[in-house]
Amino acid sequence: MEHKIRVLVAKPGLDGHDRGAKVLARAFMEAGMEVIYTGIRRTPEQIAEVARQEDVDVVALSCLSGAHNTLFPKVVDLLREKGMGDVLVVGGGVIPDEDVPFLKAHGIEEVFGPGTPLATSVEYIRTHVNREA
Amino acid sequence: MYEKETIGKLKAAKAVWQERVDRIQSGKSSKPYTDRASTSGIDVGLVYTPEDVADMDYMRDLGFPGEYPYTRGYQATMYRGRLWTMRQYAGFATVEESNKRYKYLLGQGQTGLSIAFDLPTQLGLDADHPLAEGEVGKVGVSVSSLADLEVLFDGIPLDQVSTSMTINAPAAVLLAMYIALARRRGISPDKLDGTIQNDILKEYSSRGTYIFPPAPSMRITNDIFAYCSKEVPNWNTISISGYHMREAGCTAVQEVAFTLADGIAYVDAAIKAGLDVDSFAARLSFFFNAHNNLLEEVAKFRAARRMWAHIMKERFHAQNPKSMMLRFHTQTAGCTLTSQQPDNNIVRVTLQALAAVLGGTQSLHTNSRDEALSLPTEDSVRIALRTQQIIGFESGVTDTVDPLAGSFYIEAMTNRIEEEAWKYITKIDELGGAVKAIENGFIQQEIQKASYQYQLEIESGKRIIVGVNRFQVDEKPARNLMHIDSALYEKRRGELAAMKAGRDGAKVQAALARLKQTAEGNANLMPGVIEAVDAYATLGEVCDVLRSVFGEYESDASF
Repeated sequence: MEHKIRVLVAKPGLDGHDRGAKVLARAFMEAGMEVIYTGIRRTPEQIAEVARQEDVDVVALSCLSGAHNTLFPKVVDLLREKGMGDVLVVGGGVIPDEDVPFLKAHGIEEVFGPGTPLATSVEYIRTHVNREA
Repeated sequence: MYEKETIGKLKAAKAVWQERVDRIQSGKSSKPYTDRASTSGIDVGLVYTPEDVADMDYMRDLGFPGEYPYTRGYQATMYRGRLWTMRQYAGFATVEESNKRYKYLLGQGQTGLSIAFDLPTQLGLDADHPLAEGEVGKVGVSVSSLADLEVLFDGIPLDQVSTSMTINAPAAVLLAMYIALARRRGISPDKLDGTIQNDILKEYSSRGTYIFPPAPSMRITNDIFAYCSKEVPNWNTISISGYHMREAGCTAVQEVAFTLADGIAYVDAAIKAGLDVDSFAARLSFFFNAHNNLLEEVAKFRAARRMWAHIMKERFHAQNPKSMMLRFHTQTAGCTLTSQQPDNNIVRVTLQALAAVLGGTQSLHTNSRDEALSLPTEDSVRIALRTQQIIGFESGVTDTVDPLAGSFYIEAMTNRIEEEAWKYITKIDELGGAVKAIENGFIQQEIQKASYQYQLEIESGKRIIVGVNRFQVDEKPARNLMHIDSALYEKRRGELAAMKAGRDGAKVQAALARLKQTAEGNANLMPGVIEAVDAYATLGEVCDVLRSVFGEYESDASF
């Protein structure tokens, strides 16, 4: 049986806006992935730990507070520390274009801004996930 | 409104007309007039006639402005007397920079302040808390103690402005700081005018900045109601908010229903705590969203006003007419702003603001074009404020009260929204009220279902968003966005350390110890919170005391 892609949808930081995170979680599920949602206000440490326990292939981060440059790279670093450097990490939220190069340089492989079609995110994960993860 | 005979003739005439339209349409491949629904899923007819409002009784259902059931507005003269308060929600980075922005806005003709706090402040965490890293000053101004508030309001006369503070879980603490600041400036608290959002229920259902569990949170709310009714009588003690549920994806009908259900829960709780309904109800205020569907939104505001009047009079037996008046602030819908072709947002905001004005709002925030990507720049904020001024001074819509009243469509839609919203309120009553309906996830699930549905409609192209799924162009990344320096965290740590070194530590500890005792008992929390913040106890210290007694709320993570 084919391994289902396991996705952790995570909300680092203090903002409570999880409309986007929940809509994506549901879209990933309906696309046949196994989805875990962290709930709001998780620390990078909590997110990395759930990712390890749940043995996920993908961590999809959502932040609308503007703290993405501080928090997203931390999640990547913690995953690497746990030997999970091959997990695909993507991000979304209210993220100015000019922050995207910084995030990509810090291991966030793609950033999806407001208005991204669900299908785009789903397709990206399908084609970029490291199945050996 | 109409004689039976008139309606009968009209029905017959309409049937003939309908047949003719159908005949013409049947020759065409598509039927453009079929299958239209409002964002709430209410079927919208091709045309409305007196038949659609045949059961309406003018005096019973509409009445005059300023009179029960207030459908046409809560004041008799509405905007002929005074325009709505133009109140741009603002605050970012440091107290110094925010103070400058407030003075700028007041200088540009804004008539009230609306304070945006950063997330650590909204969660009762000081700026030097480890969780505050990366968040300080990002979505609002960072305030950790009275010392910060002194700078934030430097040169702003507290007895001459009305100040709205978007603060919920720690609302008591920020209000206490504002009262303490006023007293130090020799201003009696009964001269203060403003609002604290203080609506914890929607934090659990949609906005997420809760701290304590529902029961102690409701106690804090009651304590604020009771304290202010005596000491700060002109203060709006709560702004019961549908805005954030709408942002989270609910429909117009759900926004009305869930907001009024929350309102019912607050009134219920206050009455159970021993307050007389007329001692606090006149100070309840509301906060709604103005979304894209112009006429549905206008109907929504009118329906909400009429429903609240009925709820207060019939359900809670309020005697004072002021207790029955739904007064509300409106903000245009942030979730409708697009990062694509951002200047188009100016047009969206204009239409949404128009809906709020035609719906009779008491104050209004218009979003800025760049807010899908960052906090707004000063230029963008000015355009947003000018939008309100153009509607207010140029468009003519303020010349007469409730100008859309009597439109067959508006009245029929107002009735339909009311009807559908009552169904939800009945359902929530059956579940045991809004607090229970939030605890068991009913309201959250309804919002999530609607939000997913909305997204699917965009994906399928059934719902058109200009620049997103139609009429796209190749765009360069947006430039000149507002940036908040992440080094702010270090700066604030230093400031807090210096403030703490300069205060009377023993006095702070004694005040916090007394506050803990009060929290463990039943007495009103407000005097103790004021005493503590006046001694420069920080927001985090006060909230830690309350956390130690009340515990913290943890929500589930269903989707």
